[in-house]
Amino acid sequence: MGLLERFRESRFSKMMFKIFGKNHAKIGIYGPPNVGKTTLANRILRDWTGDIMGSVSEVPHETRRAKWKNNIRIDNGGSSLTMDLVDTPGIATKIDFNEFMNMYGMNKDDSRVRAKEATEGVIEAIRWLDDIDGVVLVMDATQDPFTQVNVTIIGNLEARNLPILIAANKIDAENASPATLKSAFPQHPVIPISALTGYNTENLYSMMIKEFGKKRHKQRR
Amino acid sequence: MTKKDSGITFNLISHQKLEHYSSSEKLKYILNEVKEGRILVLEHGLTPTEQAQLIEHTMKEINHDTFIGIEIGGYENEKVGFFQRVFGVAKKPRMTVIGPAHLLRMVHKDHDMIETTIIPGKGVN
Repeated sequence: MGLLERFRESRFSKMMFKIFGKNHAKIGIYGPPNVGKTTLANRILRDWTGDIMGSVSEVPHETRRAKWKNNIRIDNGGSSLTMDLVDTPGIATKIDFNEFMNMYGMNKDDSRVRAKEATEGVIEAIRWLDDIDGVVLVMDATQDPFTQVNVTIIGNLEARNLPILIAANKIDAENASPATLKSAFPQHPVIPISALTGYNTENLYSMMIKEFGKKRHKQRR
Repeated sequence: MTKKDSGITFNLISHQKLEHYSSSEKLKYILNEVKEGRILVLEHGLTPTEQAQLIEHTMKEINHDTFIGIEIGGYENEKVGFFQRVFGVAKKPRMTVIGPAHLLRMVHKDHDMIETTIIPGKGVN
């Protein structure tokens, strides 16, 4: 065991982290359907572990069960964060199987199954809120950010005193407007990114280390 | 909103009507009304925790032939100052509109305005 590893395992190191903050956190990737949550999870894993989280699709509710990977270490020069990353299903207030048929050409049986699984996924995503230390809230920078889903997620995290980073995704799209997101939620850091191309993800990683490594007193519901 | 011969009705719910309900009673009342096809405008909306619970309950109630979920829009909770926080004053939920998703659509929302529309052909039989 090297000196650095011995220091990390030492009682002194653990005491220091207790005083100054966390170096291991459970981070949830949240957001409405089709904003690029799994694309971002895949980007993070690819950059730091070479792995991927799951499949992506233009059809909403592709991720219908939460998926997670443990012990992902990201670093930025002198500081680092080890996290368990949870990719959650998209949260929605309505799910209509007809949309899968009419807009994406799925057959009726598959649409109904997808819709049923999607409702279960939403419930699972909400329940995961009780078990996480921080959230990367992914928003589509080409869409109106004032959705009730975004407001509800932020409200719940603020009530629990959990850190939130807003990833303004799809910044590579022509009509993206990260400034709208910044003005909508000025109380939280907003980082414009493209999970697809990797644009500005270094900045996101730095902010994750900074925000999720802080010592906080989590409040339960 | 109910389907009546004469048109569409909204229920504007005062905060007094809901303030004696527990959270679960409140959510049950709201979801029952919305499933009946009514649009509710709550004078005082729901806390973030109640909103999340409402979404959870809604998902359990979705029946793909009769109820596809809800549309909901409300203003952010009122901010409380430092001293109010010290004395345990909670953020107050603000006006919120809730309706069945097959009937009500959120068009636009920002800090100062919520714009909704009734989906044509659904409101009145």
